[in-house]
Amino acid sequence: MIPVEFRGFAWRHAGRRAQAVTGVDLRIEPGERVLLLGPSGSGKSTLLAALAGLLTEDSGEQDGEVLIDGKPAADQRDRVGILFQDPETQLVMARSGDDVAFGLENQAVPPSRIWPLVHEALEAVGFPYGVDRSTHALSGGEQQRLAFAGVLARRPDLILLDEPTANLDPEGAQDVREALRAALAETEATLIVVEHRVAEILDLVDRVIALGPGGSLLADGPAEAVLAEHGEHLAAQGVWVPGVPLPTHPSRDAGEVALRGEALALTHPGTGRPALDGVSFELRQGELLAVTGPNGSGKSTLALLAGGLVRPTGGRSTVPGEPRPLHRLPARRLATRVGSVFQDPEHQFVTPTVHDELAFGPRQAGWPKARIEARVAELLERLRLAPLANANPHTLSGGEARRLSVAGALAAAPQVLLLDEPTFGQDRRTWGELVDLTADIRDEGTALLAVTHDRDFAAALADRELVLGAGRIVEERRR
Amino acid sequence: MPDSTALAASARWRTVDILTCAVIAVAFGVVFWAWNFVWAGLEPTLAFLPPLKGILYGVWLIPAVLAPLIVRRAGAGLLTEALAATVSALLGSIWGLFVVYQGLVQGLGGELAFAAGRYRRYGTLTAVASGALACFAATLFDVIAYYPTYDLWAYKVPYIAFAMLSGAIVAGLGSKALVKAMLPTGVLDRFPAGRERARI
Amino acid sequence: MTMALASVCDARAPIARANPVAKLAAVAAVSTTALVAADWLTPLLLLAALLAVLPFTGIRLGALAIRLRWLWLAASTVVAVNAIFAAEQTGRLLIDLGPLEISTGALIDGTAIGLRVCVAATAGVLGFATTDPTDLADALTQQLHAPARFTIGALAALRLLPLLGAEWRQITSARRARGLEGGWNPLRRVRLFASTMFALLVGAIRRAGRLAAAMDARGFDSEIPRTHAREQRMHAADWVLIAAALVVCATAVAVSVAYGLFTVFA
Ligand SMILES: Nc1ncnc2c1ncn2[C@@H]1O[C@H](COP(=O)(O)OP(=O)(O)OP(=O)(O)O)[C@@H](O)[C@H]1O
Ligand SMILES: Nc1ncnc2c1ncn2[C@@H]1O[C@H](COP(=O)(O)OP(=O)(O)OP(=O)(O)O)[C@@H](O)[C@H]1O
Ligand SMILES: [Mg+2]
Ligand SMILES: [Mg+2]
Repeated sequence: MIPVEFRGFAWRHAGRRAQAVTGVDLRIEPGERVLLLGPSGSGKSTLLAALAGLLTEDSGEQDGEVLIDGKPAADQRDRVGILFQDPETQLVMARSGDDVAFGLENQAVPPSRIWPLVHEALEAVGFPYGVDRSTHALSGGEQQRLAFAGVLARRPDLILLDEPTANLDPEGAQDVREALRAALAETEATLIVVEHRVAEILDLVDRVIALGPGGSLLADGPAEAVLAEHGEHLAAQGVWVPGVPLPTHPSRDAGEVALRGEALALTHPGTGRPALDGVSFELRQGELLAVTGPNGSGKSTLALLAGGLVRPTGGRSTVPGEPRPLHRLPARRLATRVGSVFQDPEHQFVTPTVHDELAFGPRQAGWPKARIEARVAELLERLRLAPLANANPHTLSGGEARRLSVAGALAAAPQVLLLDEPTFGQDRRTWGELVDLTADIRDEGTALLAVTHDRDFAAALADRELVLGAGRIVEERRR
Repeated sequence: MPDSTALAASARWRTVDILTCAVIAVAFGVVFWAWNFVWAGLEPTLAFLPPLKGILYGVWLIPAVLAPLIVRRAGAGLLTEALAATVSALLGSIWGLFVVYQGLVQGLGGELAFAAGRYRRYGTLTAVASGALACFAATLFDVIAYYPTYDLWAYKVPYIAFAMLSGAIVAGLGSKALVKAMLPTGVLDRFPAGRERARI
Repeated sequence: MTMALASVCDARAPIARANPVAKLAAVAAVSTTALVAADWLTPLLLLAALLAVLPFTGIRLGALAIRLRWLWLAASTVVAVNAIFAAEQTGRLLIDLGPLEISTGALIDGTAIGLRVCVAATAGVLGFATTDPTDLADALTQQLHAPARFTIGALAALRLLPLLGAEWRQITSARRARGLEGGWNPLRRVRLFASTMFALLVGAIRRAGRLAAAMDARGFDSEIPRTHAREQRMHAADWVLIAAALVVCATAVAVSVAYGLFTVFA
């Protein structure tokens, strides 16, 4: 239970000219549970990193102060625990128990006390396996729980959560939230959580702080009051205010078949169970097919096989007018027929700047220069990436990177587009832009397949929904 | 913001320094491991063309030069090279513990050039010297451990000479070029090498 | 191509359970003796001793054979090349084909070096294949007092190893999606290979930064000396293992000296 204070805080990341946040003044009282809201790129992750003492002088330039219990955050690391969005990069050890123990060893807890604390923390988050379980053999949701156990075991007085459920399926996210709720009931720690989807997290917090671009303060106060008073204003600024209706884009009639998957199957070498087990579907011009299902059910695998990017161990994927299955097409040819967006945006970047990344597809497709520039300018503007045109794609915030990778694939408007989690980590405004852009190219006749955990996205755009479970189609819904 | 000399001077390694060296070592450990097969497969033919064999050598020395160029700390080359060798041994190397010995020797060789510049010089010349010295140490170990009976002038000397050339070019200039190519990606922003990057 | 570090042995075997530092010492003793001795008898005796230890390591023979599959090729080229390029051909001439000549003396010297390689390889596999990296790092910090930040840092990086293969596949298919592929053009292939390697390396360094942040957030760089959740100890059996390795080395050298064969590389 400690107070937190920002005094005129500003931060500029090394390599950037502009400050990520400017002049932040905030005070959070001991034991408060705070939800931090704000558009993508407004500096939420930066503020949490500052509190966790991770913004060292070698990684940028600071103005003002960040005080935890009256002392600089860098000296208070032992009292702070942070959970990031990506579970994979925060697990340190090969065995689950060792990973929780890692933080305790660093605190010099005597060995005899470490293991009881480890078991207690694992129990608090509902970790279903023993301490010897390999951290590689965990699903995303399980990894996230384990990481949270690692945070809790250290008994922090201040807990920071940065989009802790962004990569999880709705059930997994619900599980993690349950774990958070149960664990938080046990502690008195101050809590700050960053989350775009407000509705799900609202009952965990008692105060909402909404940031505008650059860390300016938009609204602050008790959760219900803030949302009731400033709801519309906040929604316009990009906050997911519960109850504000979302756009829908009913589609026109679907056209000809644009891509056909026939009994697609893939078994990874050395695994007994197929990742995908004989999935067939048709994708028509001007429609969007949503693919949903729990983590690990084979959705990304389906997208890869359908796009001809990985050789299937069974079945084939074809487009009309190409006698060969897609996985046997030369890449240049393939890229003109089918576009793909990967689950991890960073894998997709092949150029050194945001601008070039958007221009890449149209250039490959042989567009004239003026048309390329016009298209790039439009996308930069609509997706709020214009100030970052010369930045390296790998230095973007989570949401910015996602938008860029989707926009890069949309840019050349291919005939078929396969999207893997196109909307994760977006604020409401950029989400809306992505939905509009997707609707535009769909209505121009592109056939789209979208793998997604985002029910709002599917509701807004999908004509049909394919539900996967353990590598097979469990259900096919028509909307 | 501290300038790069002040950063280099602080003695304590930051966690990023350690992790960066270790990750470079792991990545190159895999490369070494793969390279071991290339080498073993080619050895029967290469054995009769000692100079060519030397030319292939430089790949093994890249971590010894690359890591110090990035983190700029005393011992980075030794640590990274020895760890890379250990990783390849853990993955299963037919050279057993010798490859760890060899990693230590190579790392020491490469370290000499940076030590001679009192850990203040990280230019092209130092990198080239470091690559060549690392290769010299490595092939000296080879000659003692694996080819002791060879003729000095017909084999040993040309072998070492060509390997040093390879070390200078592949490990020395190659690492310098790698660092340059990495600058715009932003991964070096927290290192002295990254300070030279233009702001966006 | 799998790059998992899963140990290939039965974890309950006596050698697999030994303290990693003790194993390392034993392997180092045997390898170093083989490196120093230049005659053929010493490495032959060491190799025999290693094979005698094999049943106690719990390594399956199949796994051992796979790990050593390149050894015979490497060892035999070392023999052949040492024999052919020998500075002087002594003893009886066995092969005389003009420029190519091999004598008994050179062949014996070559064989000695080949056996040295065999000893190093076998000892290495027995040591490394029976050791879990986590245990090794723990033992290095606790028994040898290696700096914990370095051993634990290295261990954390090692955890990324299996991810590298997956990352490689993802980068390759992402590039294919964007129309980048080598095809039949060898030059393009090489360029694409190089750029994929580069992307992998950059991605690895980026991960290093994030992992470092995650570790620091859990107090890794605090100045207090850390404790150890997993205690590694030297048991009596571990001392016996080291002693046995030293006795084997000494015996091999002694026998070889007694037969008047022992030489040291010059
Ligand atoms: N390592 C970095 N180097 C340079 N710039 C960065 C870095 N990390 C973030 N930025 C920039 O700082 C700004 C704020 O980023 P931050 O990650 O704090 O945003 P955020 O509010 O968390 O956004 P999101 O909701 O998309 O995660 C962004 O414009 C981003 O491009
Ligand atoms: N390289 C691989 N080797 C072995 N198994 C793999 C590999 N890649 C994926 N799998 C397995 O294949 C299955 C399907 O994975 P896939 O990535 O398609 O799931 P997903 O539905 O996209 O999950 P998520 O919602 O988490 O993205 C999973 O059980 C996964 O563990
Ligand atoms: Mg963020
Ligand atoms: Mg997926």
